[in-house]
Amino acid sequence: MSISAKLETGAGVAPALYERRTISETLSNALIVTRREVRDSFRDWRIIAPIVILTFMFPALAQFVASQFAGFVEDFGAQIIGERTIPFLLMIVGFFPISISLVIALETFVGEKERRSLEPLLSTPLTNTELYIGKTLAAMIPPLVSSYGGMAVYLLSLLGGELQWRPAALLVVQIILLTTVQALVMVTGAVVISSLTTSTRAANLLASFIIIPMTLIIQGESAIMFLAPDADSPNGIGALWAIVVGMLVVVMLLLRVGSSTFNREELLGRNLDALKPRAILRRLWGGIIGVDGKGTLPTSPIDWYRRGVGGALGRMRLSTRVTVGWFIAAALAGVIVGLLPQWQLNLPRDINLRDASGGIELFTGALFGGNPSLGIAWQNGRILLGAILLGMFSFGVGALILTPLTYVVLGYAAVQLIAAGYTPMLIVGALFPHGLIEIPVIVIATAAGLHLGAVVTRVPENSTVGAAWTQAFTDVIKLIIGVIIPGLLIAAVLEVYVTPLVVRAVIGA
Amino acid sequence: MIESRELSKFYDNFLAVDGVTLDVPSGTVLALLGPNGAGKTTTVRMLTSILAPSSGSAKVAGFDVVRQPAQVRAHVGVLTEQHGLYERMKAVEYLDFFGRMYRLSAPERRKRSLDLMERFGLTFALDKQLGEYSKGMKQKLALVRAMLHNPPVLLLDEPTSAMDPQSAKQVRDAIIELQRDQRTFLLTTHNLTEAQQLADRIAIIRHGRIIANGTFDELAARFVGDPIMELKVSGELNGLVKDLSEMVQVEDSGRDWVRFRVSDPNVTNPAVLRRLHGLGIDVVTLSRLSQTLEDIYLQVVKEDESQEGRVGEHLR
Repeated sequence: MSISAKLETGAGVAPALYERRTISETLSNALIVTRREVRDSFRDWRIIAPIVILTFMFPALAQFVASQFAGFVEDFGAQIIGERTIPFLLMIVGFFPISISLVIALETFVGEKERRSLEPLLSTPLTNTELYIGKTLAAMIPPLVSSYGGMAVYLLSLLGGELQWRPAALLVVQIILLTTVQALVMVTGAVVISSLTTSTRAANLLASFIIIPMTLIIQGESAIMFLAPDADSPNGIGALWAIVVGMLVVVMLLLRVGSSTFNREELLGRNLDALKPRAILRRLWGGIIGVDGKGTLPTSPIDWYRRGVGGALGRMRLSTRVTVGWFIAAALAGVIVGLLPQWQLNLPRDINLRDASGGIELFTGALFGGNPSLGIAWQNGRILLGAILLGMFSFGVGALILTPLTYVVLGYAAVQLIAAGYTPMLIVGALFPHGLIEIPVIVIATAAGLHLGAVVTRVPENSTVGAAWTQAFTDVIKLIIGVIIPGLLIAAVLEVYVTPLVVRAVIGA
Repeated sequence: MIESRELSKFYDNFLAVDGVTLDVPSGTVLALLGPNGAGKTTTVRMLTSILAPSSGSAKVAGFDVVRQPAQVRAHVGVLTEQHGLYERMKAVEYLDFFGRMYRLSAPERRKRSLDLMERFGLTFALDKQLGEYSKGMKQKLALVRAMLHNPPVLLLDEPTSAMDPQSAKQVRDAIIELQRDQRTFLLTTHNLTEAQQLADRIAIIRHGRIIANGTFDELAARFVGDPIMELKVSGELNGLVKDLSEMVQVEDSGRDWVRFRVSDPNVTNPAVLRRLHGLGIDVVTLSRLSQTLEDIYLQVVKEDESQEGRVGEHLR
């Protein structure tokens, strides 16, 4: 029996594998994985048993509870509570089965790693994206089928039961969408966790980072369902839509992170979940004092600035561009708001600026105490640190919340001053010269926060998530030490000692 | 078929593979040997385009492992260190699943699966759940999976581990058969006898570096020297060892035997026999002591260790 009959005729490999894949080929390849995983899930009684219970038994129980509860509260004249329990239970009936998606996702990713069955899969010609889509769908399909099935059973039993409840179509659509995005959040979150761990134990522990926020969201949704549950309530509908949209944004971000982390390099490059504080500190230290990712030592402080800090700025080029664009948009938004009649301040036109100029020192003294330079630097530093930290924990999005507010206010204030007839030079004089340093520092700090958070969603080629994040983190520290702190101090000194002189010169005081 | 140039891989700051250069022509079996953690698996993973090299380049079946990863994986059959089967599936479903991923048509998947399962004596277990398979059966099925798409290059990690002698022979025969059909093999194994039996070339890797690479004879000549002959005589040797040491390099001797090293046995051995005949000594046997891959391997590792020690001392 020959086992090698086909080498001469192309080794049995279809030509399609050599070419760039179309979307339908990608989906078709992904579905190969999905079909296997779903079939495997349905052979596991530990998955089947809860799905059957939650699809058929729990909705029946919920229907019974709803009718009993409605009858009970009606006796006390609280009919509205009973009415609002019914859609709330619909949401719960839909949510319980999708909680299984988290378990399946953790099992399908980390479980496979643990059983060592992942490597043969990674050795096939399927791309990372195909494997990722295939497994994500596999984790979602059984729980979603159960969830939709459970909701259908519940709705049918309500329609046919003594309550004869007719839900608003929009509410049903909302709950189905909420259920679907919740499943997506849990699965995409589980993929990220799975990629960072090598054991189901560790993955289950880390899963609390998904479970706790999801529990809070469900509580929020429950409150909305009770306070304003139906389609006639614009507040309730708006809030639920906002949750759907918000969770879709989270799904997008998690998908970006997931597709970065779900790759062969990450999956097989990591062997242990061991924490090595010394090695981490050594790597971070090397990154901070070094001039490149390999920790090459600088030849002098100037070399550190030139190659170390310069390199860090270079790597943040995209984040910097986004930040500058965002700041311009924020200032324009301030201008637009300032032009709206209902928002105009109508400032007094007859203030004697020369008399008022004496108040500058009083104002800064009152705000920042005896050492206004340090006070200003500390105040700005806190905000920038907050922006960096927010960015770090929100895939970069949070970095773009705090600092642009300043530019909204500036745009708005500029419009009000000009509308009141004050010279534009007053604004220019009040912003410069300290703004010449402070504004770039704010841009750099914001871009640093954006870069630090977003790097995990856009890992550079030939790098791992860990390595990319470490590099970004050490870059940010370099910028804090080399640019942000000195920049803020210099800007604060200029703001206290030079800017008032310029303002006075402008107003002729 | 497999060409790598200065292939290296860093895990953070740890250098797992350090400048590996290999050439495995079509129809050749290369055994990649080395202690645990030497970098064998990482090398294989880079050659399968599962891990990206930190530096260096490699081509497998004519495809670049960095730029054409899907093509590389399509042309390579991999037997991983752990078989990693899906235990709730039946063999027929399992092979069908992998066949689909390699885009084999349905009849082709069926035919290849049946042929290979028959070749490895697993036809009876086609419809059995893989959880019911014995260790050896699982290993054979993993091998069937690696060969399913009839790849021109096979990277096999411990192909006969956990197998009974008969199954191991089936696998070795299959490798030999495929090699004759111009398939290229890279075996990583700790079974040195098997490696010696199957491999055309042997590479030894330690601390991520290739410390020896060549055919068995080349490595034997380089690391364990000329062949050793063992001579047995009737009676006692007495002063004969001294006599012989003028002709050959005596390694060891006993009451009625002596071992010596010869660079050219075809010339030296007849001369030794003539001399003994002249001295009236009856020769019982004169045979070549077999040099094994184990001898070579141990010697290579020993030399590398001592070299490392010298470097360490020098650095101190």
